[in-house]
Amino acid sequence: MKNMMYAEALNEAIMEEMDFDKSVYYMGEDVRASIYGASNGLYKKFGAERVLDTPLSENGFIGAAVGSSLVGMRPIVETLTSFMWVAMDQLISQAAKMKYMFGGQASLPLTIRAVMYYGGGAAAHHSDRSYPMFMNMPGLKIIIPAFPEDAKGLLKTAVRDNDPCIIFEDGNLAGTRGDVLENSEIDSGELLIPFGKGKIIREGTDCTIVGIAGGNLHAISAAEDLEKEGISVEIIDPRTLVPLDKKIILDSVEKTGRLVVVDPAHKVCSAASEIISMVTEEGFWNFQAPPIKIAAEQVHIPYAPSLEPLIFPDKIKVIEAVRKTME
Amino acid sequence: MISKEKQVLMLTRMIRIRLFETAVIECHKSGEFIGGVHTYIGEEAVAVGACAALNDSDYIAGNHRSHGHPIAKGGDISKAMAEIFGKEGGYCKGKGGSMHLADFSIGILGESGIVASSVPVAVGAALAAKIKGEKFVSMVFFGDGASNQGACHESMNLAALWDLPVIFVCENNQFAVTTSYKDSVSVDHVSDRASAYGMPGLLVDGQDALAMFEATEEAVSRARKGEGPTLIEGLTYRYEDHSLGLAAVRRGAYRTEAEVEKWKKRDPIDLLKEKMISQKIVSDADVERLTEVERKSVEEAVEFARTSPFPGPEQLFEDMWTDPID
Repeated sequence: MKNMMYAEALNEAIMEEMDFDKSVYYMGEDVRASIYGASNGLYKKFGAERVLDTPLSENGFIGAAVGSSLVGMRPIVETLTSFMWVAMDQLISQAAKMKYMFGGQASLPLTIRAVMYYGGGAAAHHSDRSYPMFMNMPGLKIIIPAFPEDAKGLLKTAVRDNDPCIIFEDGNLAGTRGDVLENSEIDSGELLIPFGKGKIIREGTDCTIVGIAGGNLHAISAAEDLEKEGISVEIIDPRTLVPLDKKIILDSVEKTGRLVVVDPAHKVCSAASEIISMVTEEGFWNFQAPPIKIAAEQVHIPYAPSLEPLIFPDKIKVIEAVRKTME
Repeated sequence: MISKEKQVLMLTRMIRIRLFETAVIECHKSGEFIGGVHTYIGEEAVAVGACAALNDSDYIAGNHRSHGHPIAKGGDISKAMAEIFGKEGGYCKGKGGSMHLADFSIGILGESGIVASSVPVAVGAALAAKIKGEKFVSMVFFGDGASNQGACHESMNLAALWDLPVIFVCENNQFAVTTSYKDSVSVDHVSDRASAYGMPGLLVDGQDALAMFEATEEAVSRARKGEGPTLIEGLTYRYEDHSLGLAAVRRGAYRTEAEVEKWKKRDPIDLLKEKMISQKIVSDADVERLTEVERKSVEEAVEFARTSPFPGPEQLFEDMWTDPID
């Protein structure tokens, strides 16, 4: 085990994958200088041919990544969720639809690293948590790692995967630390975490909390407090939203009879909505209380530090929700 | 000097497109398929001239006016027609339709229903050539309307910045649906914009297949040498409305019959044919013969499309993923 930061784990994944396969290349804005950390050292090691600083043209370079993936390259594109809006045509009209539209002829081994900064006074234009919109579009695999080991293992899997993958990275987690399995500790010699396999972060018997991205951290601290009240919480991190590990969630709710979903994205048509809908359809009779969605309020992200924290899930909201399911 | 074989190939493919599109119109009129269709009649010299300068290992990407490009690159017209009919035997197993013909086996990376959306994609194929150090080039067809899209401008900047082997072929058929390029393009010619990106821009007679070929051949040669992209504007004209059926709903005129007739007098197939006959490359009889061969193969393509089955419900969820998920 090696203790490392979330951003370091991502960096290690990218390094390993660029070493592993020459068709992997890295592109984005300011990636050579690595202003966000995860591309640190890539330029020095792999050079200008495989580490591309792009103009501010997200639709252009994400489209170029799509086109290159059609002819055998495996691009990793670094961007922020908020800049993906100007590239929606390439992400949706091309990346998501091409394979099906062309009767299966296309393969798009494309990975988008979509970083979500929110909660730090970035205001409405730089605080997007947009994964629910992409879940709504068939053809994209949606990954939401919350811990360093998952960040490394899922990013590596995304790069090896032959379909378009968007890995939504919670910017609030970039500096968080965790233990990551070292390659020497793994039989296959490398950390590849399969998609569609959720993880039980904490076992419990009274209420299931499904944590999405940074929502897991609120769930963990809430669970610790609730334990003191005698409430035993089970936390499930689905780790990928497309595909979604329904079974791990349904099994947990079958055991606890209660469900709270903690999701930093806007609450309408959210990942939380989808998970609650799925459990309602497939596991309704296990509910002992109505499920609760703790997600971002349906309003834009205000700048003022007095307002912004009101929007997002936090420990107190999660504790209150769990207590409510226990009433 | 363009070889005799090359000229015959070009004439053949132009006639093939014309006959194919004529059959498409007939089948659409008789209600044999539904869905939007944009025909390439009148513009054949642009795609055929440009594609004649490519190898099979080169890539093309296209747009909603989508039948001419794959045929110009040597695509299979039976699979193309079956796709337009929405049949299982089509290029995309009936899932793409007219606007999404593609043949990855011969470098046709697909047509796009969103204008200019395939321009960045073609730039990406060229980027792959550069990273891999391979000699293939990439070509993208887009219209005068698409030339105003941000995707187009971003792509041209990227390609010129990185010296990518792309040939941007603007098929200026002069109208974005009904809006004249004179009312939508800020400069006299789309090709004028090339200088803004630091690449050569050529205005070419888009009715002259040989002129299109010569301009493209030079652009391809530059691209293969690593000297970067070229923007070629083929000034052309579409004989039909933007899409089949539009005339039925359109309330106002946007061009005169006289203008259409004037352009038809410079028909691209007639121009090439006459030049080849005058230079004794082909005879009238040769042209008649090859037209007959093409007519027959288009009839066979229609028959193939008619008899190919529709995809069954079991195929609805197929082709979503390369690495399937539950």
